[in-house]
Amino acid sequence: MQTLMIPEIGHFALIIALLMALVQGIMPLAGAATRRPLWMAYGRPMATGQFLFLAIAYACLTASYMLDDFSVANVANNSNSLLPWYYKASAVWGNHEGSVLLWSLILGAWTFAVSRFSRELPRDMLARVLGVMGLVSVGFLAFVLITSNPFERLLPNVPQDGADLNPLLQDFGLIVHPPMLYMGYVGFSVVFAFAIAALLGGRLDAAWTRWARPWTNIAWAFLTVGIALGSWWAYYELGWGGWWFWDPVENASLLPWLAGTALIHSLAVTEKRGSFKSWTVLLAISTFSLSLMGTFLVRSGVLTSVHAFANDPSRGLFILVLLGITVGLSLLLFALRAPRVSHQVAFSWLSRDALLLINNILLVIMTVTVLLGTVYPLLLDAMDLGKISVGPPYFNALFVPLTVVLCLFMGLGPLARWKRTGGRDLLKRSWLAGLLALIIGALAPLLYRGEWNLQVSLGVLISLWVVLPMVRDLWVKTRHSSGRLAGAKRLSLAYWGMILGHLGVAVTIIGVTVVSNYAIDRNVRMGVGDSVELAGYTFTMTELGSRRGPNFLADFAEIEVRRGDSQRTFAMTPEKRLYLARGMPMTDVALRPGLFRDLYVAMGEDLEDGSWAMRLQYKPFVRWLWLGGLLMAAGGILAVADRRYRRTVTARDPEQGVAAEPREATA
Amino acid sequence: MRAKRKQKLFVILGLVSLAAIAVGLTLYALRSNINLFFSPVQITAGDAPLERQIRAGGMVREGTVERDPESLEVVFTVTDYVEDVEVRYSGILPDLFREGQGVVVVGELQQGGWLRADQVLARHDENYMPPEVAQALEEAGYSPEDYQAKAAEVGKRLEAQNDGARAN
Repeated sequence: MQTLMIPEIGHFALIIALLMALVQGIMPLAGAATRRPLWMAYGRPMATGQFLFLAIAYACLTASYMLDDFSVANVANNSNSLLPWYYKASAVWGNHEGSVLLWSLILGAWTFAVSRFSRELPRDMLARVLGVMGLVSVGFLAFVLITSNPFERLLPNVPQDGADLNPLLQDFGLIVHPPMLYMGYVGFSVVFAFAIAALLGGRLDAAWTRWARPWTNIAWAFLTVGIALGSWWAYYELGWGGWWFWDPVENASLLPWLAGTALIHSLAVTEKRGSFKSWTVLLAISTFSLSLMGTFLVRSGVLTSVHAFANDPSRGLFILVLLGITVGLSLLLFALRAPRVSHQVAFSWLSRDALLLINNILLVIMTVTVLLGTVYPLLLDAMDLGKISVGPPYFNALFVPLTVVLCLFMGLGPLARWKRTGGRDLLKRSWLAGLLALIIGALAPLLYRGEWNLQVSLGVLISLWVVLPMVRDLWVKTRHSSGRLAGAKRLSLAYWGMILGHLGVAVTIIGVTVVSNYAIDRNVRMGVGDSVELAGYTFTMTELGSRRGPNFLADFAEIEVRRGDSQRTFAMTPEKRLYLARGMPMTDVALRPGLFRDLYVAMGEDLEDGSWAMRLQYKPFVRWLWLGGLLMAAGGILAVADRRYRRTVTARDPEQGVAAEPREATA
Repeated sequence: MRAKRKQKLFVILGLVSLAAIAVGLTLYALRSNINLFFSPVQITAGDAPLERQIRAGGMVREGTVERDPESLEVVFTVTDYVEDVEVRYSGILPDLFREGQGVVVVGELQQGGWLRADQVLARHDENYMPPEVAQALEEAGYSPEDYQAKAAEVGKRLEAQNDGARAN
């Protein structure tokens, strides 16, 4: 159906949003610089208005999709009248233009949220924060309007039907993965804006970190969930059972995550101890810059992958310039302002401060190595020095040992005190956990598989080394005259958040270790009646057939699976689909998920003699990968729910906070 | 003051040693894990190293894909329409693998000029010729447009055949 006005209304709303972002980016900043309350007061209403008009623009685009308005080029290229409604709604962000619009909408939403929930912020601080976010928004809205207008019409030659959404994207994963990831990416703009505002105001005390911490945690939690969802999606959608490919696009999301992880820890130090101030600002700038770089890599077409929708050099150049301006100006401001606000706080080499410093150094090294491996081929290509690719072995060779070292310090972190911890004290608190981790780690592969395996031992060892000291700490801290439960209630939510987050890391490491070492992957030729045995399961093909779906044709295989000699069997039905609108084939995997193992069956190729090349896989503990991600995210959210973020402005003096509630120093 | 200095020294030493370890590991890992790209023209000219992992790419020459009837062994020829290279692979070919379409294989070149592939990557390219191949042709002194046109012609013809077969 063609609509007369909806896309035009959306387009105008987008222009109005840009103008409002412009006002929001200029007036409050100018007002803060010249101390004019009236100008500063522009920030909040502009943030509201910008969000409102972005929501209208977004709703208009969604409406065009839902109503099958194929006169809109974006709809015609990415939708089809046969598409189910939920894929029509999510197809909006399954393409370049729509996804950048979603990016802008989410930025508008974060800005709106900041303007709502920061009432006790000093007026000039809020003005600067909103101003900086307004400027970022100006950049992105200009990008949408100039290079990637989603409302462009195809007139007068309106296509009869749309070209359909890429079949890889016709999945639940598309509905949840991009919005989560974008919430994370864009969420880091808040802490970035706070850091820039603090630099602009020259008040780089610990106060800004307390305001910025909850926002950063939430953004980080979203990014964590987004990455975990992406990995899960790739696992079952791409049809060969991989869960992380070190693909540049994945790295683009991992980079801000690593920097963001360093950031949430360094924010903790700055808030609690008033140290690492310049460093925290630099990390805030880097994290958001890496988010922008991720957007650039994915959206510019310099990479070829499922994520790169279109190759339009002008778009790449625009984002590159935007990235250059953002990074350049921020770093310039940092160079001009940071030394003036630096301030030394002494701490012992054995203290939580020092351990967190090590955590930060290691995370930054990890970020740099991943960045190097991702950008190096692009740089060489840009300089015409040849086309190379950097494979997973590079990343594994660096990332794995660094993670091990990181975990060694991670085990000690929660036990150590701020400023100074006695070496003997630390030893007393950790020796038992260390010994247990060592023993269980050494025995785990023997008990699980009857054969010793260094990597598995190491993986179990470091996971336990992260978890067990926390268990001991928890045991000691929940001691209370009226029972453990009362003791547990006494602990702050921030502390629980930390426990959960670290537990998530350990769970993910267990998952990675076990699935990498014990997964079994077999490609076999199978016809009806053939049986294959794999990891104690017998797979028998009972039927081959074909069926017709709403917008595809499918060959399917019926596989009967029996465990050992048991009487019970269950069926798995993988498919090979041909999506009609694009003539594009797709593998639809049959999964039998479980907490301790997944069975994975995919159809490979038709061998044209009544048999198929089948991919059979046994994936132990693969779910733990994503479970760990969810735990980490839950930890991040829980820490935000902590009481001290909800207290009134008078109690927000950092020194007072620490003095009044010493037990919270554990958070 | 002395304690502070000592602490600073420790921090700096720690940073330097960690950075040294990181740089060492990085260089080691990068050196052994870079895969260079070669086109059939370059491989035939002897530019590609033997028995080292490389990436090679071109179009799958029509009519050359042969499956072993017993196993998952498959042999096909990759061409840039100037030179051909034989590729042997054991396993499942990707969904988008087609005769006449662009393909990139990762593997090791063997004595005798054929390539043992560990990985086959296929992607539908609007130009039918992967950009790396076009560039390699240009560097070897050919005019890539001619060969791109040829690739597109073959690709389109095969696609039309496919569509016809599907309609029946």
